[in-house]
Amino acid sequence: MNASFSGKLPGRIVLLLVFGFLYLPIAVLVLLSFNDSGLPTSWSGFSIRWYGALLANTDILRAAGNTLIVAVFATVISTVLGTLMALGMETRRRKSNGLEALAFAPMVIPDIVLAVALLTFFSRLGLAMGLHTIVISHVIFDLAFVCSVVRARLKHFDFSIVEASRDLGASGWTTFWRVTFPVLLPSIVAGSLLAFTLSVDEFIIAFFTAGAGRSSITLPMQIYSMIRFGITPEVNALATIVMGVSATALLISQWLNREQQVP
Amino acid sequence: MSFNATRPNLLAAPGVAWLVAFMVVPCVLVLSYAFFQRGVWGGVEYTFTLENFARVLDPLYAKIFLNSARIALTATVVAILIAYPAAYAISRAPRMSQPILLFFAVLPFWSNYLIRTYAWIVLLNREGLINNLLRWLGYTGEPLSMLYTESAVITGLVYNYLPFVILAIYSTLSRLSPELMEASRDLGAGPIRTFLRVTLPLTLPGVAAGGVFVFVLSIGNFVTPALLGGGRFQMVGNLVYDQFLTANDWPFGAALGAALILTMIALLLLQARATAHASGERKGEAAQ
Repeated sequence: MNASFSGKLPGRIVLLLVFGFLYLPIAVLVLLSFNDSGLPTSWSGFSIRWYGALLANTDILRAAGNTLIVAVFATVISTVLGTLMALGMETRRRKSNGLEALAFAPMVIPDIVLAVALLTFFSRLGLAMGLHTIVISHVIFDLAFVCSVVRARLKHFDFSIVEASRDLGASGWTTFWRVTFPVLLPSIVAGSLLAFTLSVDEFIIAFFTAGAGRSSITLPMQIYSMIRFGITPEVNALATIVMGVSATALLISQWLNREQQVP
Repeated sequence: MSFNATRPNLLAAPGVAWLVAFMVVPCVLVLSYAFFQRGVWGGVEYTFTLENFARVLDPLYAKIFLNSARIALTATVVAILIAYPAAYAISRAPRMSQPILLFFAVLPFWSNYLIRTYAWIVLLNREGLINNLLRWLGYTGEPLSMLYTESAVITGLVYNYLPFVILAIYSTLSRLSPELMEASRDLGAGPIRTFLRVTLPLTLPGVAAGGVFVFVLSIGNFVTPALLGGGRFQMVGNLVYDQFLTANDWPFGAALGAALILTMIALLLLQARATAHASGERKGEAAQ
């Protein structure tokens, strides 16, 4: 297998097929979003009219606004909490299994279970649900991802420079802002971009914690209600924009985090 | 704000508090509901009962559980069969291009799940792209009904979770030292034997990690069965969804959720044991 596989051709064919499988469906969506008729039946000319239709759709605009509010708040909170948690976990003398499990759990727990748990919790508390409850819920998994990205950076962090800074007379506060923080900054930004993307795209938990009424509908919830009953051309345009935003955020995140990939 | 090992607990505290308050407590709360009776008007009546768990085992629901386990297992096996060669090919690519290939293999995974699922509605629809393509190629029969089938659900699950499996398998493959394979070849094993006896066993932890992930997320899924199965294929996720949002039987929904979590924990433990076993074997080999 080894010889035949490293002989370049089979490997290339495999990659071509797999990448085709991964990207063709997305490419079709993007292409259709520029199709004048909006239908997959035939190509009737290039047009951006479906993008124009989006701008005229107040439901979609409101949902997009809600999504931005949720994602920004959830990202800010989770970036602060996740970074602090990463620092705490990596500077501990002994690894705590409980802490590890707690930080790992949000990434593996099935969405539906967390979603119904939060719904139960908020309604038991008698808390009115809306954008704020979605933010609270999104911070859970966002912070876990920020924490894991920053921790990965800290694993390669040379703590002797912190000691050097202290020996040279800098206070703990100065040392943090002048030494530790600049080194961690790329990973903090990378983690927060990841959190932002996750929050923008998250559907199930938002769906359960948004409460009744249409005022706190987010973009994924809007998309779900649009695609449940088949194809609408506007969704193609919306999908293209949403995927473009995610892909850009991830490219920047990856680029900022690139040094980590090398060792 | 110094963190020279004096204040780590204080630093972790806010995050830990958030996770305990909004993840641990809600999960414990909902799971505790599983031990109570359903109220007459929905809601919960605080009388202890094990009835909800008995109902999970009721043939009607056990059938749905088993059926969704079967669909999830199929998706898992298919995903591994596609991901392994892909991860292998990436690990054999020139060193410089590996991170880029990996990044683009994983990129779709971070984009919107609903949109990726919707893309398959566009492809599989009766008036969809594949049927149009067939017509264009000269096929004149009835358009194929590919949407709202079990295969459509499986395709959607595989498509959505494939990137993660590639990542998991690649991470074990890339840590494999090439000398092991060379040694095996030098000792006279053919390429197939080398793969089956050396490469594959050593990369099983990655396969297991990816597999558990696909299985757990698939069995608890409710979006893909709703969109690509047209609601005709119930997964455990759909059952939980129904109990909370339609049937208003929260205690039973909680019991189903508990069953889901237990399945997940059992699989994760199994995977951890398999990983420990594999690394133990490696140490053993090194000692000889």
